[in-house]
Amino acid sequence: MAKATFDTPELKPHQEVVDLPTVKPGTMHHLKTFPAKPVHNESIGYPGELVDDWQDKAVQRLGELVEGSKALRVFLDTCVKCGACTDKCHYFLGTQDPNNMPVARQDLLRSVYRRYFTFAGKHFPKLVGAKDFDKPMLDDWYNYFHQCSQCRRCSVFCPYGIDTAEISMAAREVMDSIGVGQKYCNEILGKVHKVGNNLGLPEPALVDTLEGLEEDVEEDTGVLVRFPVDQKGADVLLITPSADFFAEPHIDGLIGYGKVFHQAGISWTLSSYASEAANFSMFIGSADNLKKTAMRIREAALELGVKRIIVGECGHAWRVAYSFWNTLIGPFDFLDPKYPVPQHIVEFTYDLIQRGALELDKEANDHRRITFHDSCNVARASRMGNIPGGQFILPREVIKAAANNFFDMAPDTIHEKTFCCGGGGGLLTDDLMELRVKGAMPRMQALKQVVEENDVNTLVAICAICKTQFAKVLPYYQFDSHMITSLHEVVGDAIQLGAKE
Amino acid sequence: MILSVVFALLFYAATILLVVGVARKIAVYARTPAPLKIPVAPAPLTRAGVVWRMTKEITVFRSLFFSNKWIWLFGWMFHVALALVLARHLRYFTEPVWGWVALIQPFGKYAAFAMIAGLAGLWARRFLVDRVRYITSLSDHLMLALLMAIALSGLGIKYLSHTDIVDIKAYMLGLMYFDWQPLPADGFVLLHFSLVITLMVVFPISKLLHAPGMFFAPTRTQVDDAREVRHTAGWTAE
Ligand code: SF4
Ligand code: SF4
Repeated sequence: MAKATFDTPELKPHQEVVDLPTVKPGTMHHLKTFPAKPVHNESIGYPGELVDDWQDKAVQRLGELVEGSKALRVFLDTCVKCGACTDKCHYFLGTQDPNNMPVARQDLLRSVYRRYFTFAGKHFPKLVGAKDFDKPMLDDWYNYFHQCSQCRRCSVFCPYGIDTAEISMAAREVMDSIGVGQKYCNEILGKVHKVGNNLGLPEPALVDTLEGLEEDVEEDTGVLVRFPVDQKGADVLLITPSADFFAEPHIDGLIGYGKVFHQAGISWTLSSYASEAANFSMFIGSADNLKKTAMRIREAALELGVKRIIVGECGHAWRVAYSFWNTLIGPFDFLDPKYPVPQHIVEFTYDLIQRGALELDKEANDHRRITFHDSCNVARASRMGNIPGGQFILPREVIKAAANNFFDMAPDTIHEKTFCCGGGGGLLTDDLMELRVKGAMPRMQALKQVVEENDVNTLVAICAICKTQFAKVLPYYQFDSHMITSLHEVVGDAIQLGAKE
Repeated sequence: MILSVVFALLFYAATILLVVGVARKIAVYARTPAPLKIPVAPAPLTRAGVVWRMTKEITVFRSLFFSNKWIWLFGWMFHVALALVLARHLRYFTEPVWGWVALIQPFGKYAAFAMIAGLAGLWARRFLVDRVRYITSLSDHLMLALLMAIALSGLGIKYLSHTDIVDIKAYMLGLMYFDWQPLPADGFVLLHFSLVITLMVVFPISKLLHAPGMFFAPTRTQVDDAREVRHTAGWTAE
C-alpha cells in the first residue's frame, strides 16, 4: 500500500452514524484522477486530446444531451437550493469539501447550462449564478465529477428526486467528447471491446483459471464441480464481473455459484466472448459504448443457445442488466419466458432455497457474524424478485438461510438509504485513494457500531467494486481486510455437496 | 384612472407570460425523451403505485420529511399556507363566492402568518446553516424577499390600509370580464399588485418551475417494470 499522504477520518465513539461536518472549501480541490491517454480515448470513440474549439464543442454537446434526456432537462430546472441533499453524500461527509455536496456538484454543470441556454443566465448571469465554461470550470468539472460515485443517495432525499448521478454522467460525456477522459474508465472500456473483459484476460487464460478452480474445489470437497466456458446448449449463461475469476474474496463467490448450479443440477456456462458483466460506459454516460458493451451479451446468449441469463454479484452491472438490457439489447424472445430476463444470482439461489433444492448447513457458517452492505446500484437502481424492495429482502433471506448470525447496520445506512462503499462510479483507482478512504467513512462508522455491539466479523456484499474497495479501505479504519466476503461464499460454505445426489 | 389601465394591462401581460411560459416549459418537459429506465427505489411496480408515490410527495413532502425535519417543517408550512391563502383569494374572482371558499376564509387569514413564519424559517437557514449559505445565490434571496413582500403587503392591505375590499373585488372581476373598474389607489394595494405581477413574470424562468417540473422527474414517475415491459425512447428507440 502506498504511504498515505492524507489523514483517515476518525470514527466517532458514539452511536450517531455521522456527525454533520462544517463546510471547508477546497479540501479536495487538489485531487485529480489520472487523465486518459489519447489511445484510451480513441479506443472508445472519443478525440484523443483536448480539441481546439473545446468550449463551443462542449456547450454544443451539453445542449444535445439536455435535448435528449428528460431527467437532465427537468433536474437542471427544478432545484430550489433547499439544501436537503447537502449532508447526504458520503464524499461530503468524509471530506467536508462543499463541492461534494450534491447540489453544489450539480451547480457546476447547472451554472454552465444556465449561462448558455437560459434567458436569466444569458442576460443576468451574476444574479442566478451562471458561469462561463472556461479552463478553471473545466478543471472543476474534471475534479469534482470524478468525486461522485453516482450512488444516487442524494436523489432519494431530494424533494424532486433530482439525481446527481445523471448530471455527473452527462458531465463526463461532455468532457470525453472534447478529449478529456479519465484513464481508469476509458482504459478498461477499451479492454472490454478488445479482449472481452475489464481485466484484459484472454480466452486461454480464462479456461486455465477455471480448470484450476475445478481442481481446487475437488481437492477441498472431494466433488467435481464444473466451471464450464463456451458450453453450447447449456441452460444458463452466467454473466459475472471478471474480478470473480481472480481475486479474493470474489473468486470464493464464483465457487459458491458453481456449487449452487451443481447441487441444483442445472447446466450453465460462462462465455469467453462476453466474459464481463461490468459496463463502465454507464459511469461515463456514453450511450454508444453502453449499447455496444451490452450487445456482446445478447450475441453470446444467441451463439451459445442458452435458455436463461443469470448475472453474478456486481452492483452497476446489475443496474445495467436489470434496468437497461431490455431497452438496449432486448427483446429476449429467444429465451425461456418462464424466467425473468435477466435474473440475479441471488434471485436464482433464493428460488432454489424456497423450493428446498439446496441442502444448506447453517452451522458451517457459525464462525461468521455477518452484516450486509446494500450496494448502491442494487439498492437504489434495480430490484430482485417480484415485490418492491426485493433487492433488500432476498440477499438477507439467502444469508439467513445459510448462516445463523446476522445483524443489520443502522436503519439510516441500509436499504435505499445505504451509504456507498466509496469506490463506485468509476472511482476504484489508486489515484483516488484519498477520496475512497474518506468517502468510506459513513459506511465504516455504521460498521463499527455492529462490530462493537454484535461482534460482527463478516461484511457481506454483492458487488465486485464494493468488495475490492472494502478489502482496500477496511485496514485504514483498523478493520481486518478479510471481513469482506462474497454472499455466495457464505452460501457455498453452507452447501453440503453430495447430500442431494 | 390611468393607474387602473396600467395595472390592467400589466395583469394581462403577466398572465399571458405566465400561462404561455409555463405551458411551453411543460410541453418541453413532456416532449423530451427519457431513453432509459431510471426510477429510484423504493419504486412502485405499477402506474397506480406511482400516482400514490407522487400524491405523498405533493401533499406531505414525504422525501423531504425523511431528509431534513427543519426544511420540511418550514417548507411544508409555507406551501400549505400558500395554498390556503390562494384559495382564500378566490373570493375576489368569483361572484357569488363558492361555498368552500367562504368556509375557509377564517383559516386563510391565519395562514398568511404561517406563510410568513415558514418563509422566515427558510430564509434564516440561508444565513445560519453554513451548507445552505454556501449554495445560496442572490436569486434565492430575492425570491424569498419577493414572496415575503407579497405576504406582508397583503397583510398591509388587510390591517393597515382602509381600502374597501369590495372595490378590489370589483376591479378584479372587471379585469376578468373586460369591464374595467377603477382601482383603489392605496399604497399597499399597488405594492401588492406590482409584486404579484413580478412573481407571475419570473415564474416560468426561475426555480419556481419545480412545481410543474417535479411531475416529470423520471426518478420518481417511472414504473419499476424494466424487465417486464420493454421501454424505448429517444436514442434507445432509434
Ligand atoms: S435536495 Fe434537491 S432541490 Fe434541494 S438543494 Fe438538493 S438537489 Fe436541490
Ligand atoms: S450520487 Fe452519490 S456520490 Fe454523487 S453526489 Fe449524490 S450522494 Fe454524492
